[in-house]
Amino acid sequence: MADARLAPTEGPLAKHREGCFNMDLSLDVAERNDYTVLAVHGEVDVYTAPRLRERLVELVSQGKHQIVVDLEGVDFLDSTGLGVLVGGLKRLRSHDGDLTLVCTQPRILKVFEITGLTKVFAIHESVEAATAG
Amino acid sequence: MAVLSSARSNADPVELEIPARAEFVALARLVVSSLASARRQIPDDRIDDLKLAVSEACTSAIEAHGAGEVQERVLLRWSEGDDRLEVSVEDSGSGLDPAQLPDHPPVTDPQRLNFERGLGIPLMRSLVDEVDFTPSSRGTQVSLVMYCAPAGDDLEV
Repeated sequence: MADARLAPTEGPLAKHREGCFNMDLSLDVAERNDYTVLAVHGEVDVYTAPRLRERLVELVSQGKHQIVVDLEGVDFLDSTGLGVLVGGLKRLRSHDGDLTLVCTQPRILKVFEITGLTKVFAIHESVEAATAG
Repeated sequence: MAVLSSARSNADPVELEIPARAEFVALARLVVSSLASARRQIPDDRIDDLKLAVSEACTSAIEAHGAGEVQERVLLRWSEGDDRLEVSVEDSGSGLDPAQLPDHPPVTDPQRLNFERGLGIPLMRSLVDEVDFTPSSRGTQVSLVMYCAPAGDDLEV
């Protein structure tokens, strides 16, 4: 869950209500230690994943090269979302950076396990653990 | 918008036709997971599996149409048997041959990061019991089959 002690670098994004199915995806950025924490809330699919990709690209171009993507608020994640995370990791590695994840939800972890991506990403149990040291 | 043909009994199929656009995949997920939980006694984690598999099939169907063909439709069909349920997703795109897809390098290979796409079909195959791709009169039909306990008489939509 979001850590109340995190000092947001910007206000929480207004929740988008596009279309008629309440496809909410909110992306909140906070700095913690030397890490940038991107907290994702909502459903990540073919419709919403481009917004996640844009946000990651934007952060990298701002020089944020140690990114933690917090998936604890994600209700649904499909292969499009996985692709965006893989793309983000690739982009960061090319800057000697890293993209790690926070995820403890079994149904989301399962998607990483099936695709073998648990071996590609460092997956932490909390934002504290992901941003320690 | 979406057209939902409802059924009179559990034996009757249900069809949902959606525009081939990304924002409608959420509706397909919602309808299939609602049908699964209302009509069958399936554990929640299996419903999540079905929901994700259907979402992947719809995403694949929408991508088959390409960006310019926004007038195209994707047809979902839900049908049930005593010990199984089946969701088919049919597009009118140019077709997909899963055998032609490139194999991903092993996850430990640095080249793995060059593959952002193509995870959908392996996911579908892991999540449901059977996945079949067949050419149809319109395009390609993906059938997802999940085996499950018989529907109870007391379950109503």
